[in-house]
Amino acid sequence: MSRIEQCFGQLKADGRKALVVYLVAGDPEPAVTVPLMHAMVAAGANIIELGLPFSDPEAEGPVIQLAHERALKHNVSLRDTLAMARTFRETDQTTPIVLMGYINPIEAMGYDVFGQLAGDAGIDGTILVNVPPEEGELLDQSLAANKIDPVYLLSPTTTDARARMLCEKTRGFAYYVSLKGTTGASTLDVDSVRDRMSTFREFARTPIVVGFGIKDGESAASIAAVSDGAVVGSALVSLMAEHADDKPRMMQAVQHLIGEMRTAMDAEAV
Amino acid sequence: MSNSNIGSNERLASMPDETGHFGVFGGRFVSETLMAALEELTREYQRLKNDPAFLRDFHSDLANYVGRESPLYFAERLTREVGGARILLKREDLNHTGAHKINNCIGQALLAKHMGKPRVIAETGAGQHGVASATVAARFGLKCAVYMGSEDIARQSLNVYRMKLLGAEVIPVTSGSRTLKDALSEALRDWVTNVDDTYYIIGTVAGPHPYPMLVRDFQSVIGNETRNQCQTQYGCMPDAIVACVGGGSNAMGIFYPFINDTDVRLIGVEPAGHGMETGEHAAPLTAGQIGVLHGNRTYLMQDENGQILDTYSVSAGLDYPGVGPEHAWLKDIKRAEYVTVTDEEALTAFRQLNLLEGILPALESAHAVAWGMKMAKDMSPDQTIVINLSGRGDKDIPTMARIDGISID
Repeated sequence: MSRIEQCFGQLKADGRKALVVYLVAGDPEPAVTVPLMHAMVAAGANIIELGLPFSDPEAEGPVIQLAHERALKHNVSLRDTLAMARTFRETDQTTPIVLMGYINPIEAMGYDVFGQLAGDAGIDGTILVNVPPEEGELLDQSLAANKIDPVYLLSPTTTDARARMLCEKTRGFAYYVSLKGTTGASTLDVDSVRDRMSTFREFARTPIVVGFGIKDGESAASIAAVSDGAVVGSALVSLMAEHADDKPRMMQAVQHLIGEMRTAMDAEAV
Repeated sequence: MSNSNIGSNERLASMPDETGHFGVFGGRFVSETLMAALEELTREYQRLKNDPAFLRDFHSDLANYVGRESPLYFAERLTREVGGARILLKREDLNHTGAHKINNCIGQALLAKHMGKPRVIAETGAGQHGVASATVAARFGLKCAVYMGSEDIARQSLNVYRMKLLGAEVIPVTSGSRTLKDALSEALRDWVTNVDDTYYIIGTVAGPHPYPMLVRDFQSVIGNETRNQCQTQYGCMPDAIVACVGGGSNAMGIFYPFINDTDVRLIGVEPAGHGMETGEHAAPLTAGQIGVLHGNRTYLMQDENGQILDTYSVSAGLDYPGVGPEHAWLKDIKRAEYVTVTDEEALTAFRQLNLLEGILPALESAHAVAWGMKMAKDMSPDQTIVINLSGRGDKDIPTMARIDGISID
């Protein structure tokens, strides 16, 4: 059983929902990434989305764009990102890591080399924002050969026909991007998420997590209540930027927000 | 060139395939939020491109608003000076707004109207496509927002003001290198957010399917006219066609109707900037690697880690790290050839065309002129070469004056 399956299985047994957290590898500097990942898990995160720095992150809002730029100031490459995952794995063998980003660094490395290196580094899944299943066939083969799950996105504009196809292709879980817009968008409509979720549930064989617009305990809990988990990205990344010069404060702020979300989500579940 | 290594002629002109690919190039590498919009656009375009009313509107505006057809002009003094093949200039510089960009904008604004989208957005580098988009938005009564890198806004104040006069909102882009590639990313972000009421007018033959196809189709009016004019006015087919390539829309527009005429050499000219050996250029077909950016797989200027590199050319319209996927494909199957011209060579051609023909070319087009002259010299007088003069150079006068150390304020 994969780490992702185990994770969702355990959560289900406990009657809890997944808290999925995002950070960009090397933001604000390479040395803090692995400690941050451990701190996030200690505070209650279940799955880590590790952002792969890219020069042209087309689907990101300003907060996460700047995180990519900060990481690239340190020349953090795909190889560096995988090395961080490997280091994290040395002391945490259970928390799933999903590599999230854009395809070009992986194209440059080559799909087969990537599959092998990512598998060796303990990567459990990929979310490639600009690779719909139509363009992902070859990559999915390399991923499957290395037991890595391709996680596909669902969006508010996704037609039912596409939703059926996406739910068939996704492995591990599916990720519903609950808003039209880029990361960091601010409004969240829980009722519309609930509506769409009921459609997706008919097609899905995996859990479905929901992201975009989640920034505090309340929004995390209300999304978790209608899905299998909440994803938080920009809210955490802005704390990392805010406290870039004071590492202890950064860890504390990140852990505090994750703790608040964990508590709110678990209270909702009971 | 023999056509034995490139398969049947039908195959050449029938690209892209149903999934939007030109061989391994092209495709639809976008976030899920845009997939429905691209599918809708593909469906609507397939329907409208054969719709008599749509075609009538398109051709009527090309004639009466853009001022087509544009002349195919025999550059007699230039030909004599060079001393080789007869040089013909396709005068896209005479179009309304001064370049070929307007052909595509008319087509896409009509699509937006037919699709019921009240708002259009566009990206721009030097401002030419921004001006053309703002122009058609005014013409068709659409709201218009143009994304432009803050670096480019500072360099192109004339075009920025012109877009504002046309009623467009010019939105500065301060992310990344603050140039065209970042403006394109930002326009994609706008589209993701406002996809219900907004049509994205991409200015070149790049981006996700169906853009490379539909921009090429709208620009093909250039090549179709050239073909007819060559035959009726000059009684021949050209031996070679030369066009500059940034994203590659003017080149695809003039190449495409000749793609099955494998005796006609098709030559795309990329900007070598300060020289290929300096690395300061924008020539992905000549010196790039295959990758994925802005929705399609193509040749890109990138480092060994797959990060996109900053590019350079004196001509802002050619200063882009990618290129249309059909060019990438034409290069790989060897149907078209791609060469480079430095800033310096382009500037020399710019001056020569002024002095010999009284024509002020855009710096972009001057790259094609430079290569065309070089090539014509080695050809015989009974051969014919067509250079696509894609735009006029009024916008470049401040740049030229700066280079010459002259203050024109």
